[in-house]
Amino acid sequence: MTGRLRNFIVPLVAMLVFLLLWEALVWVNGWPNYKMASPSDLWPAYVRYWELFLVMGWQTLWRTVVGLLLAVVVGIAFGMVMGFSRTMREALYPLLVGFNAIPKATVVPIVALMFVGAHDFNTILIAFMISFFPIAVSVSIGLSTLEPEYRDILRSLGASQTTIFWKIALPKTLPEFFGALKVSVTLAFIGTNLMEIVSPHGRGLGALFDSGKTNSDYPLMFAVLIALALLGIVLYYIVVGLEKMFAGWAERAPG
Amino acid sequence: MTALIDIKGVRHAYVTAAGPLPVLDGLEVSVEEGGFCAVVGPSGCGKSTLTRLIAGLMRPDEGEVWLHGERVRGPRSTVGMAFQNPVLLEWRTILKNVMLPLEIVPNGLKGKAAVERARHLLSLVGLEGFEDKRPSELSGGMRQRASLCRALVHQPEVLILDEPFGALDAFTREDLWQTMHDLKEKEPFTGVLITHDLREAIFLGDQVVVLSGRPARTQYVMNIERTAPASLEDLYTAEAAERLNILRHQIEIAQGRVPEEVA
Repeated sequence: MTGRLRNFIVPLVAMLVFLLLWEALVWVNGWPNYKMASPSDLWPAYVRYWELFLVMGWQTLWRTVVGLLLAVVVGIAFGMVMGFSRTMREALYPLLVGFNAIPKATVVPIVALMFVGAHDFNTILIAFMISFFPIAVSVSIGLSTLEPEYRDILRSLGASQTTIFWKIALPKTLPEFFGALKVSVTLAFIGTNLMEIVSPHGRGLGALFDSGKTNSDYPLMFAVLIALALLGIVLYYIVVGLEKMFAGWAERAPG
Repeated sequence: MTALIDIKGVRHAYVTAAGPLPVLDGLEVSVEEGGFCAVVGPSGCGKSTLTRLIAGLMRPDEGEVWLHGERVRGPRSTVGMAFQNPVLLEWRTILKNVMLPLEIVPNGLKGKAAVERARHLLSLVGLEGFEDKRPSELSGGMRQRASLCRALVHQPEVLILDEPFGALDAFTREDLWQTMHDLKEKEPFTGVLITHDLREAIFLGDQVVVLSGRPARTQYVMNIERTAPASLEDLYTAEAAERLNILRHQIEIAQGRVPEEVA
């Protein structure tokens, strides 16, 4: 029980220290809140706009999650194709790397123009595009580096490729998959917000940030950033929980 | 022929960028039912290819592999395999690892019977009480014991061992040799053992086959009569020393270090 309490208290204390340092930094420099808001400026912003934060936060959250789920499905599909076939790996890898190297901020206006008005769709699309690459790569590496003995153990018993995939290849790849998912979950957030900030009449926390900018409401802008960080933390730890559930075996006891 | 495993005139070459690489050339191996054949030979002479041929994981370019009077044309569930790397599945407990083949072979034991079978084997190799551990919690020797149980759980006709003790320290290895004899007494099987260790070959095998350098053919066969239960002390007799000398000489020939006519 003390271990659990510790897991909770240590990060909490770290967070408080961070907020205190931030407050001190602003106070020592005597910065006005249009230069840099301090944590004590944020509270009034949350109190004033709490309804907006809930509505917009939900918008951002569900679109991120849908984008991420798409990335998981498509990423696993690409990963499987590249993991099992060398030809496909050689063919697809450069394409995927190139696609991933394009800064998504440049894709945002293209997508926004391509599907004018389809705001939900556009946002999900960007969240998906930015987050599927790590998943595809990790799954393909996990599958292609499967030691031949693992396959032989089952193949020598007459197991089909499908059986080998379900019994060995898939579970063995799970730790790599979850490692990638942790990267992807924060990337998906970035994707969602890119679209929300750029597209006119947008929704979500990104749009709230944009309206703070328009109205020179600096504490609101900072409050949005912190809300985004909190959502990011929550999603990240949901992934960690899933990892413990499905790939907890990969974790060795410390020491 | 009463041989359970019969390998006749097998030739095989791998396709490489530099052209075909012949690995087996006129291989003849025959193992009686209940026999245990140890195969030794220089590194890279095609010993592992031999195990894959018997297991039906690949087919030879030429020649025939017969198991129990049937031509081997593909994988068959009557084979059990263990490798130098125990390849246990980290996400399964030891018990579940041992039970894996039963989930795959047709008519494998199910449910309670499967659990009992696996537990029985684990107790034979001294792993009682470790059923619910993860492979990462076991030592190398214990993992290899579990791997042997997995190879035997579906009562295969043929047990194929590809240097299963190669990565273990000398004491653990000798322990496992003894375990092999115990297992063979209680769970009779016909075995093929690939090894680099001549002492292991004469201690475990009742037939030792020396393969020539690549491409491998059968160069020499030594038959070893077994009467009394095996004991490690057998390795320190004059008879054993003589056998080891003969085998070592054969290996030198196989490596091309001694011309054959001198033998």
